Amino acid sequence: MAIFLTEESKVLVQGMTGGEGMKHTRRMLAAGTNVVGGVNPRKAGRAADFDERAVPVFGSVREGREATGADVSVVFVPPAFAKAAVVEAADAGLGLVVVITEGIPVHDSVAFHAHAAKKGTRVIGPNCPGLITPGQSNAGIIPADITKPGRIGLVSKSGTLTYQLMYELRDIGFSTCVGIGGDPVVGTTHIDCLAAFQDDPDTELIVLIGEIGGDAEERAALFVRDHITKPVVGYIAGFTAPEGRTMGHAGAIVSGSSGTAEAKKKALEAAGVRVGSTPTETARLVLAHLETERDVSHR
Amino acid sequence: MDLYEHQARGLFEEHGILVPRAEVTASPKEAREIARRLGGPVVVKAQVKTGGRGKAGGVKLAADPATAELTARRILGMDIKGHTVGKVMLAQPVNIETEFYVAYVLDRAAGRFLAIASAEGGMEIEEVAAGRPEAVARIPIDPAEGVTSAKAYEIAKAAGLPPQTVDVLVRLWGVLVREDAVLVEVNPLVRTRQGQILALDGKVALDDNARFRQARWGAENVVHDDPLEEAAAAKGLNYVKLDGEVGIIGNGAGLVMSTLDVVAGCGARPANFLDIGGGASARVMADGLSVILSDPAVKSVFVNVFGGITACDAVADGIVQALDAVQLTKPLVVRLDGNNAVRGRAILDEHAHPLVQQATTMDGAARRAAQLAHTS
Repeated sequence: MAIFLTEESKVLVQGMTGGEGMKHTRRMLAAGTNVVGGVNPRKAGRAADFDERAVPVFGSVREGREATGADVSVVFVPPAFAKAAVVEAADAGLGLVVVITEGIPVHDSVAFHAHAAKKGTRVIGPNCPGLITPGQSNAGIIPADITKPGRIGLVSKSGTLTYQLMYELRDIGFSTCVGIGGDPVVGTTHIDCLAAFQDDPDTELIVLIGEIGGDAEERAALFVRDHITKPVVGYIAGFTAPEGRTMGHAGAIVSGSSGTAEAKKKALEAAGVRVGSTPTETARLVLAHLETERDVSHR
Repeated sequence: MDLYEHQARGLFEEHGILVPRAEVTASPKEAREIARRLGGPVVVKAQVKTGGRGKAGGVKLAADPATAELTARRILGMDIKGHTVGKVMLAQPVNIETEFYVAYVLDRAAGRFLAIASAEGGMEIEEVAAGRPEAVARIPIDPAEGVTSAKAYEIAKAAGLPPQTVDVLVRLWGVLVREDAVLVEVNPLVRTRQGQILALDGKVALDDNARFRQARWGAENVVHDDPLEEAAAAKGLNYVKLDGEVGIIGNGAGLVMSTLDVVAGCGARPANFLDIGGGASARVMADGLSVILSDPAVKSVFVNVFGGITACDAVADGIVQALDAVQLTKPLVVRLDGNNAVRGRAILDEHAHPLVQQATTMDGAARRAAQLAHTS
């Protein structure tokens, strides 16, 4: 099992023939992703070569889907074309669109999220590293060789913090890791991932990584309290961020009292989530929990 | 990017929203001229990107041109919540009959824009919303539809605004969409004794991501108050100055924010935020180091890199090359982990710079950098 992405997933890459698209398609293929095609109207009918493997290029998402049965798209196109790309993928009936592109104007993402929702398409991102189900499939730019398949589910706004936690817990392994992105408006939220992990029999424990800005973590905390029976371990970045300054992620901006790291930590703890003060301590909390569980089951 | 009041006023005017007659200046002498042109008394308003300027003495009525000059002289250069007043706007006073509040803001949770409107304008809307939530209307806007006249009528009705505000609500949505703003707020929107609907004060925040299609946003709009931030921006670095003593370089915004926290947890204060991103080339590393080393408050530097896509040996090569280009004057603690970390650490060991030391964990490296900051 796993969430959103499995070995059955057939992946199209929009923007495959660009520099980033080529680089990461090669990595996705190496990680075992079933990349069935790329999309570029100007290069339709050709194929792109990836280490002796030719991946066909289609003129449109619909054409690619009809030819291959693709159900997932990964978007690498530049910001100016991202809205059209997501709308096209949703219109073609894909179930999941992973938007890696950084720097998309918020009016565009608001528009494509609304459109995708009407079509029943799940969007992950934008401005995200994508998601990986280790040993099965990798849709995006998360390094596939950090960790192996396992029983932890992870959801995070930040890419490098995801990698850090995957690395710290590499010996346990992960069911699925989802980087939901740091933009103010994202398609798939912490809550969506929590709900999916709760229903996933392969996930025993959930790691939730958040950062300052917005109130997504506070809402996630309420959701954990009311709907999640699996153990959740949390980490929040941004305790030392000054008010009113953007720190890289467009979403990571604090103004006023709500949205601070402290408020998020308190909300999570009130919902029974153990929150680490550093990534390493967070990993230790996960390990400690899994150990106790084993001791209990061995008795 | 937040705009100054006078810039917001300019956008409203361009989109056909009535605003008071006004001009902006950085010179008291010119303020006198402007007051003369406007005729009669004028309101002199400090142009700062923060609230509470009225309470801070940044908004004053001046009866005549000579007083306007004096008032402008007093307000220019004033410090309001850490913002220095560089310009004042002189505006014709308005005979206010009623004050309203209208805004379009991004509702992050719902992923769409929200109209917020109230018949009780002029004061802090947060206070109104907290005390009497029923006095503030919140209407979600479907992005495919936008604010049509019908929608604007719905907003006005829900908030108890007069029908004359419908036109302003439609035009204000035009400002939001066409200018790629993430926030437009008019507070107060007033009805004058003459029955006109006028935007008296406003706030507009533009979406930096839309810069590529908003050609007229000049570079002059990006103002860095701090010379180090200015230097970093000139080199294309994602740098924010903080007031501590441990310089920070890392890759990825989340990891860098986490690094600041871990350093703070060790009893030291981070001197900056600097995200060198995925690439972490020698040039970026050298640029980052040179900015951080030029900060006199910095006592030690912590380079925290997790090699995900980036390979740590490439980062180590970058550090070595940067050390050739930049004279290292403060101790540098490096933590490399992830992709090719062993090779990366070997490269730094081989280079054996006397001021460079390595740590294998993020927490250990932060402790070391904090210690060094306290002892050096």
